[in-house]
Amino acid sequence: MHRLRGGREGAVVSILLRCHRGIGPEVSGVALVAADNFSARYDLDRVRGVFSRPSHKLAGESYVDRILVLDGAKGGVATAWMLHDMSARRIVPRALIFNRVNPILAQGAAFAGVALVDRFAGDVTALFRAPATCCGSIPPPGAAGKVISCL
Amino acid sequence: MLAGKFGEVRRWAMAHQVMVGEFFDAADLVPVSQAHIMADTESLGEAGVRFLEGLVAAAEPERRVRVPTITDPRGIDFAVYRRLGQTPDMAALETRAIAALRAFGVLMTDTCINYQTIMAPVRGEHLAYGDTGVVIYSNSVLGGRSNFEGGPSALAAALTGRTPRYGYHLDACRRATKPFRLTASPRDLSEWGALGGIVGEACGSYWEVPVIEGVEAVPDSDALKHFGTALASFGSVALFYMPGITAEEAEFAGASSEPVPIGAAEIMAFLRRYAAPGDKLDVVVFAAPQLSLFEIASVADALDGRLVDPGTTVIVATSPEIKHAADRMGLTARIEASGAVVAQGICFYQSYAREMAEAKGWTRLMTNSAKLVNILGGYGYRSSLASLARCIDSAVAGKVL
Repeated sequence: MHRLRGGREGAVVSILLRCHRGIGPEVSGVALVAADNFSARYDLDRVRGVFSRPSHKLAGESYVDRILVLDGAKGGVATAWMLHDMSARRIVPRALIFNRVNPILAQGAAFAGVALVDRFAGDVTALFRAPATCCGSIPPPGAAGKVISCL
Repeated sequence: MLAGKFGEVRRWAMAHQVMVGEFFDAADLVPVSQAHIMADTESLGEAGVRFLEGLVAAAEPERRVRVPTITDPRGIDFAVYRRLGQTPDMAALETRAIAALRAFGVLMTDTCINYQTIMAPVRGEHLAYGDTGVVIYSNSVLGGRSNFEGGPSALAAALTGRTPRYGYHLDACRRATKPFRLTASPRDLSEWGALGGIVGEACGSYWEVPVIEGVEAVPDSDALKHFGTALASFGSVALFYMPGITAEEAEFAGASSEPVPIGAAEIMAFLRRYAAPGDKLDVVVFAAPQLSLFEIASVADALDGRLVDPGTTVIVATSPEIKHAADRMGLTARIEASGAVVAQGICFYQSYAREMAEAKGWTRLMTNSAKLVNILGGYGYRSSLASLARCIDSAVAGKVL
């Protein structure tokens, strides 16, 4: 569910996206958007801080301090440790906004203190426009999460 | 526990589990009988090792695991790491990680084939397993109940003896969602992996549960191992059904759709994506998952009386238990007589694959593991997928055949 604020061509438009409750702190930043999946082991060069998998839609892009807006989590369990290690080295995404994650991404976000939300009413990768500035809010237990996309 | 009555280590573990459980709307925690921790140092990094060392600074009763807890493959085999281009710094970090894990009372099995070598779970047993291949095999073939548990979460489960009850611990999540019909039988392990890759790409989500109909001959444990690991790798899938073969009956969530046919043409097309005939071959890897004793014997048979090309490295990775058996039965000696390396307790992609490539100048890799070709793209490798026999023939020739 989302609603537009404004609507004139060229005007700044904010979209409020509601989602499931999330994990981690409230953040804002610049989004990196792609209809693709994610694994820290499969897709990233964690030394250079870029997407390194040639077939990934964000190949060559820096993920550092970006809010990643992607479809789902894929592959193995390493992301849980890797988010923590990347966070310690300050070469980590600022937040993760996904359509649906697997347990590993949620466990990793919880462990590393990285903001994460998922389960929107629509395809979140289509609702965002990149580069977009995002403001996220993690609500108290039991409440729904929300993400405000400022286009 | 959450209030710290049992010490800071268990308080951390419970707080982590509560956070994850709330994210997935878990109603409560379920007791688990085993935990399996993925904790290779490439993933842990210095920060992860320091985290473990911080926890084990607590008094022994406060840090000891509450259920039998085992480990996934490590990053270093101390007997061969220099030959593989790994460094003393990597070995030193590994030594620290091992010391920390042992201080929790963890059993260092260093394997992703514990269901073939340590203790297979039984139907209905709740587990906290930390390797996608282990989870999908245990859930599907054996009827166990586990989510993918990353290293921190598997450690938390080991310390509390329970895990949040969501996902594949629940009947509702185990219902089938996508039917497929097999119209041709895979002929070897690489083709079973290709089949897993095809189904995995079609599913593309942890929450999809495929059913594969039309499997006429009962696959053996290694075939299902390669199928499952590829399915989990390409699709993040944690449970599949093969009617009449896997442990539980498939019950569809809602009406079943028309099955997607998969035949020889689709499997061949999948393999062709990775074909590179004539390319100079840098490294051949048999791993991901670690090899069973039968697979080790197959490698030994294929290499008998042959020499690997001097420009090509062959790496065979298995568990410590299988390595000891292979040593005792003379299989290791037969393989290494060809120039190949048999490593124990590691898996290639968990062993600093990028750094090994840079140190050794490796680019072109060949394997019979579909999971491995899927992972290694991001590490800078160009990977080819083929049968064990073709991989060995190529290693001897020094180029992809």
